[in-house]
Amino acid sequence: MKNSGKSIHNSISDSVFKIINYTFLFICFMIVIFPLMNVVSTSLSSPKAVAAGKVWIWPVEPSLVAYEKILGNKQIWTGFYNSFFYTFFGTLINVILTIMAAYPLSRKDFFGRQAIISIFVFTMMFSGGMIPTYLLIKDLGLINTRWAMIIPNALTVWNVMLARTFFQNTIPVELYEASELDGASDTVIITKVVIPLSAPILAVLTLFYAVGHWNSYFNALLYLKSQELMPLQVVLRNFMSSVNLIQNMLGPITKEQAELISLVDVMKYAIIVFASIPVIILYPFVQKHFVKGVMIGSIKG
Amino acid sequence: MNNNMAKGVNRKSAWVKIKKHWQLYFVILIPLSYIIIFKYIPMLGAQIAFKNYNIGKGIWGSPWVGFKHFIDFFRSYEFKRLIINTAGLSVYQTLAGFVPPIILAVSLNYAENRVIRKTVQMVTYMPYFISTVILVSIMFQLLSINGMVNQVVKAIIGEPIQFLGEPKWFKTIYVWSGIWQTTGYNAIIYLAALAGIDQTLYEAAIVDGASIWKRIWYIDIPGILPTAIILLIMSTARILEVGFEKVYLLQNNMNIQSSDVISTYVYRVGLVSMQYSYSSAIGLFQSVISLIMLTLVNAVARKVSETSLW
Repeated sequence: MKNSGKSIHNSISDSVFKIINYTFLFICFMIVIFPLMNVVSTSLSSPKAVAAGKVWIWPVEPSLVAYEKILGNKQIWTGFYNSFFYTFFGTLINVILTIMAAYPLSRKDFFGRQAIISIFVFTMMFSGGMIPTYLLIKDLGLINTRWAMIIPNALTVWNVMLARTFFQNTIPVELYEASELDGASDTVIITKVVIPLSAPILAVLTLFYAVGHWNSYFNALLYLKSQELMPLQVVLRNFMSSVNLIQNMLGPITKEQAELISLVDVMKYAIIVFASIPVIILYPFVQKHFVKGVMIGSIKG
Repeated sequence: MNNNMAKGVNRKSAWVKIKKHWQLYFVILIPLSYIIIFKYIPMLGAQIAFKNYNIGKGIWGSPWVGFKHFIDFFRSYEFKRLIINTAGLSVYQTLAGFVPPIILAVSLNYAENRVIRKTVQMVTYMPYFISTVILVSIMFQLLSINGMVNQVVKAIIGEPIQFLGEPKWFKTIYVWSGIWQTTGYNAIIYLAALAGIDQTLYEAAIVDGASIWKRIWYIDIPGILPTAIILLIMSTARILEVGFEKVYLLQNNMNIQSSDVISTYVYRVGLVSMQYSYSSAIGLFQSVISLIMLTLVNAVARKVSETSLW
């Protein structure tokens, strides 16, 4: 009797929980999606409707005028090409170097493993700092070259540790022993055994590095000077701030100027969307791997 | 090596091990040289913090000045402001950002409807992939005088707020936009911790008639507490490390009073005003404090929970 009373009480309390829980998740969903919808919808609305503050979650008076303007801008395409270049070659070098570091460090019979791991890990805790690194890049003659966007970030120690944990946990030692008995050398083991078994970690590494390159701003700010080399993030930033400046300087304005200003405002939204497109397209495919990557990282190797 | 050889017949000597895997040394040589050149040489380069760097004489040839730059920094007008801003921002960020991912993870964990669960997860991770430049641009737009937020503000209090032009708003904007961006991502780690909880605990609790609220309080929360404590302790070690990009991008002349942090100051003094030695000293001060904090905090973590970084 007592038990059944309790379970009725519980089923009410559990139903209350479920209602609260789904409401909470709905609120979280809205908090994240609403600003994004607003940005996308504004970029697709007419400048007039935007200036009148009519756009909330859906486009008002749909118009592609802002996209036509930005897609006709040469700087944007240069930035897009540059970002693509840095992302592609940067990621390629990243993944190769990461595997080259992670595989030897995952072999327990690799003499000197602990010492080398310490050398790697210490760099996560201490660094020479922004200025000495800048001076090194300068002394190497990399300032204002495409290499400056690739070399200073060629390897992330955290990702090395991630790949190392993956190798240790997924590739059985017996496999190495068997291959060695067959006379396979280490280079053969890497190319014929390790790489074919590593699709998940290769996906995770590619994802982490590629998103990092595509989104990076800091290195361009530090190491690049010429406009032709700038990645899309810098082009976007310059566009956002230069237009703000014009707006602030104008003072009293005519009707034409006001129209121009609202068009430029919508163009800002459009360029935000444009710069995010590659990540948005890839996102559904990479999401799964991304979660996996964070999970591997949370297991101590 | 001799020591190893002396250890007896059962253990392979170091030399045999090295010979067996000689190819691995060639493989790791490239990433290892990379780390030495691009991470350790700048550490040696940090000696300019104790010198008066002169471009003609280079890092090694410039004259020593001891702790002069450090003392200048401690005595400078900016010192107090930078420490307060940097530590204030990271403490605010740590405290405000601590609970949301835990609630989100527990909530997702109890969402039985798979479609809802997957959709909310997918959407809440998404902001993590948005670049800092884009995040800041979105904030510029939404917080501008005509933006979405000020439409609401105008409806309530009558006039718009200059969110990015007033120092008092800076930290709040910085921290809550960060929470918006990273809560979904941070929840993944807690979801992993929840998945690791022994299922028989729940079965026993259900048999005993425990409601979901009680199961959360007595099983889930204790189950993820070690992870939460480690993350919390580790973030205290990073008290003087605030990401450069976002602060720099949100900074302007009007809010600089509360938005100037160590890294942005180092950039301004070092790369814009070219005072290489002075700014290196400030950067080195920050790195050393972080290293000390990390070591201390790791020792505490080891005592408290048997979990530590090393």
